[in-house]
Amino acid sequence: MRYIGKKLAAMIITLLCISFLVYLAFDVIPGDAALAALGTDATPESLAALREQLGLNRPFLERYFEWLIHFVCGDFGTSYKYHMPVADMIVSKLPITVIMAVISFFIMVVIALPVGIYTAKHSGKRIDRIVMAVNQIVMSVPHFFMGILITYFFGLILKLFTPGGFVSYETDFRGFLAYIIFPCIAIALPKIAMSVKMLRSSCIEEAKKDYVRTAYSKGNNTDKVLYRHVLRNAMIPVITLWGMTLADMLVGSIVIEQVFNIPGIGRILLTSISYRDYPVVEAIIVLIAFVVIATNFVVDMIYQMIDPRISV
Amino acid sequence: MKKRKYSPNFILGMIITGVMLLLVLIGFIHTPYDITKMDSTAKLAAPSFAHLMGCDNFGRDIFSRVLKGMGNTFVIATATVAIGTVSGVIIGAFTGYFGGWLDEVLMRVNDVVFAFPSILLALVFVSIFGTGKYNVIAALGIAFIPSFARIVRGEFIKYREMDYVKSARLAGVPRLRIIFVHILPNTMPVLMSSVMIGFNNAVLAEAGMSYLGIGVQPPNASLGSMLSESQSYLFSAPWYAVFPGLVIILMVLGLSLLADRGRSG
Repeated sequence: MRYIGKKLAAMIITLLCISFLVYLAFDVIPGDAALAALGTDATPESLAALREQLGLNRPFLERYFEWLIHFVCGDFGTSYKYHMPVADMIVSKLPITVIMAVISFFIMVVIALPVGIYTAKHSGKRIDRIVMAVNQIVMSVPHFFMGILITYFFGLILKLFTPGGFVSYETDFRGFLAYIIFPCIAIALPKIAMSVKMLRSSCIEEAKKDYVRTAYSKGNNTDKVLYRHVLRNAMIPVITLWGMTLADMLVGSIVIEQVFNIPGIGRILLTSISYRDYPVVEAIIVLIAFVVIATNFVVDMIYQMIDPRISV
Repeated sequence: MKKRKYSPNFILGMIITGVMLLLVLIGFIHTPYDITKMDSTAKLAAPSFAHLMGCDNFGRDIFSRVLKGMGNTFVIATATVAIGTVSGVIIGAFTGYFGGWLDEVLMRVNDVVFAFPSILLALVFVSIFGTGKYNVIAALGIAFIPSFARIVRGEFIKYREMDYVKSARLAGVPRLRIIFVHILPNTMPVLMSSVMIGFNNAVLAEAGMSYLGIGVQPPNASLGSMLSESQSYLFSAPWYAVFPGLVIILMVLGLSLLADRGRSG
């Protein structure tokens, strides 16, 4: 319990720090809401009046806390460019990014786990060497290039999907899934390679320990020892990796969305950056950071459930 | 029997990294064509002896642009890792060696930066300071500090209670000398492999950023922006995508083969 409390406190402090720094960063750059609303040829008087009206002249900390409270309540501010609430802009896009991350994660676990165990069991044999060589190469491929390769082979050569033919989950959920599976594979593949490598070496390392010999001497067969004893311990570093990976996948989808022409959170973020639409940029960045940190917290908790030694 | 000194993987890594470094070097000195020279007769030309990797949609020589792009990636990744390593070593060494409140504070700050995904940090930098090479270096450099600091700190905590350090302290060796002359060299094996892994991460991050159009700006060449451009011509000129991508893969693959040996040996 104390461990959870400590982690929770650390998480909240980190969240506060990040939101503060991001708010500060976007506060010090020239140009504010009043200037954005009136344009560059506004008179100084009308600018000052609007600033007064919008409360931009109040002290920084006051504005920060107000923004933070609104943020926590789901009011992310108003876009400079589209003059609509940021929340409305992103609420329909968020599921795309989240579903992509979840599917990629699922693909990663489903493939990495058996392959990792299989190569560990057959380490040193030819099949293991081939898998590991492929693995090493896949690990070196940037995920957006993987996306381009997948577009080429599955989209243009095999014609399994139409590149750029994204359908929204609101109109056709099945079509959405059929399209989204390819970017998910692109996100998942390098991560699969990383986890296979880690799981394999962690299993091999663990299998050298004394308790494994004891387990064998009690008459257990290889599979029993592997699944009951070795795997439990060997999974610990892999789960840490997966925890970081889930956050990585959320952020990584910003890039992958561009490869597959998907209008998700990443698209809004990048266009808002080029339009200097700061409230949107600010909201999305803080939101993603929140999700990443919350994910890390959940992973810490799962981690502790698997290995109670951690909290000591 | 004499044990073989290097594994085949390590030798392969050396060869790949060596060739890549050579190409970067050649790119700095000379490229076969001017990277901005457009040749309207050679638009999307296939690879040939005149254009080893073909031409892009403007008729520019892809091989020359790949060479320059590699150079840019190399410079950015080196600068990034240098910022990360130097700052990380200083922070990690002092916090690890002295501990105390400074350690607590800096490690909390570290956690905050670490929790912030590096590509997001870069996007914040770009939206505030504008696009460009130096902003990418600054953003990635800062994002890389925490992981180095954490690794070095761990090493210093391990070494500070060792007998040789204690005896140096008793002999009155100045603290800075203990830190940088007595302990730091011992952290090198661990540090070197994290530098190589860090370099790879920097290469991948830089490529990702220039792919998004927020890194090196055109008409200067970068592997990421070439890949982004190549996507529109994927069907008619697949080689435009393949070569820049292949170069990134080889750069990363070579160093990760070298880093693996550093970690296990």
